[in-house]
Amino acid sequence: MAEEDKFDAIVVGAGPAGSACAYILAKEGKNVLVLERGNSAGSKNVSGGRLYTYALELLERDMYKRAPLQRKIVREQIMLLGDRGATTIDYFNPAFGEEVPQSYSVVRAELDEWFAGEVETQGATVASGILVDELIEENGKIVGIRSGTDEMRADIVVAADGVNSLLGQKAGLFPDVRAHAVGVGVKETIELPDSLISSRFALQDNEGAARVAIGCTDGISGGAFLYTNRGSISLGIVFNPEQAAKQPRHIQDIFQDFKMHPAIQPLIEGGTSVEYGAHIVPEIGFHGIPKRLHREGFLVVGDAAQLGINTGLIIRGMDLAIVSGLAAARAILKSTAQADTGALYMQQLEELLLLANERAYQNFHNIFDISRIFGGYPKLANDAMQFLFTVDGHTPKPMLKELLGVVKKHASYGQLAADGWKAYRSL
Amino acid sequence: MTIKKLGPEELLSLDKFSVDEGHPHILVDKAICATCKARPCLIVCPARCYRLKDDQVNFEYAGCLECGTCRVVCMDKGVTSWNYPRATFGVTFRCS
Repeated sequence: MAEEDKFDAIVVGAGPAGSACAYILAKEGKNVLVLERGNSAGSKNVSGGRLYTYALELLERDMYKRAPLQRKIVREQIMLLGDRGATTIDYFNPAFGEEVPQSYSVVRAELDEWFAGEVETQGATVASGILVDELIEENGKIVGIRSGTDEMRADIVVAADGVNSLLGQKAGLFPDVRAHAVGVGVKETIELPDSLISSRFALQDNEGAARVAIGCTDGISGGAFLYTNRGSISLGIVFNPEQAAKQPRHIQDIFQDFKMHPAIQPLIEGGTSVEYGAHIVPEIGFHGIPKRLHREGFLVVGDAAQLGINTGLIIRGMDLAIVSGLAAARAILKSTAQADTGALYMQQLEELLLLANERAYQNFHNIFDISRIFGGYPKLANDAMQFLFTVDGHTPKPMLKELLGVVKKHASYGQLAADGWKAYRSL
Repeated sequence: MTIKKLGPEELLSLDKFSVDEGHPHILVDKAICATCKARPCLIVCPARCYRLKDDQVNFEYAGCLECGTCRVVCMDKGVTSWNYPRATFGVTFRCS
């Protein structure tokens, strides 16, 4: 093969991780090929989704201003669902929308396609509609990829092929992802006029709300999300698949019941369901990251590296993907000997504080083993609210006694103590 | 009311698929599924590609959302091969 047919880098997958990596490499003059299996970037992707802006800022100052972002999130909402009622905590902070806004809701088909276009503008080649089948290995090194009968070679192959990372497995870096380490997310996109979204969520036109909800999963470890976009709402649930499999109802049915919950349905009424998507997401954070993310000629970034943070309130993936793509690009640019690139990549993941972020929440997922969070406690909150707000002319019951009764209905003191201890240990 | 509970077929009809006729990207061994007691796929496949038919697990790849859940939860390895659809085939998300 002629030398000019060889690329400096081949990036597999034009999601945020792959595009971030390719963007920086191409900007620094590297000859980069990005291969995307979808007909366009983003066409195979599903996420909640919200992007924390700092990651794009790390990549390039003010880049977010060019991005097709939806609404800047200034309302953070936590919803505890009862059978029919709901208790919602609504935290409004306009500061989240000032200066460089903290986060935006995003639609992946738009975001990823834009990002891939930015990569092309920097001089990289983005080839969509190409599925990478195999890695080419020579003398213990990864030297390229195979797609059908085509072979393409590069000094380095960056696997940004998503949470299922078949390439990382083929490189022998890690086994298949395990069920306990992921969540399965389902989502409906519902079109709704922008003005209705703004008024229903008490937002200015360019502002957005992000909501998490518990108590809507039939007791399965998991939770729902709602993001306001421009002209649409993303509504979904992420389930622990192992627990879901041990109960009788299909997750689709549980999701549809959530959609029709009296506290949810009015938010989307008048809208039109336009898409149904599903995806698995890394759920256990630091402990889910494979020990080996590189070998000679090969790096793993983004979801493929199982980078994710879920605190129940904060759900992160795309920002970590972008930072890891940046880390990979910096490592490749710094590397003078091919064998060192992997170590440099891990060093960059530290320097960019990605691993520090993962470590900070490393035991957090243990909280999700507390089963009452997903059923008993949200019900408890709503029963307490019902008691506190009920006026019917009868002699009011003694408040403390009645509230303790509500608590006892859902959890014994022993259970409360055990759950509290577990939560304390996880934080 | 414009918002309604949608059934499995209605949900998938919202999506755009290009089915690679004759080339299933996921292979399922029904003999293994026949002895599987847990059958997590029946509950957790978001597209309900796995359904019971005459007491047997029946797999239909046409509406697959390519999420990978079946592969991850399949303990008895009835999913014998899991790949992405060939290029240009499968689901195309436009607004997710």
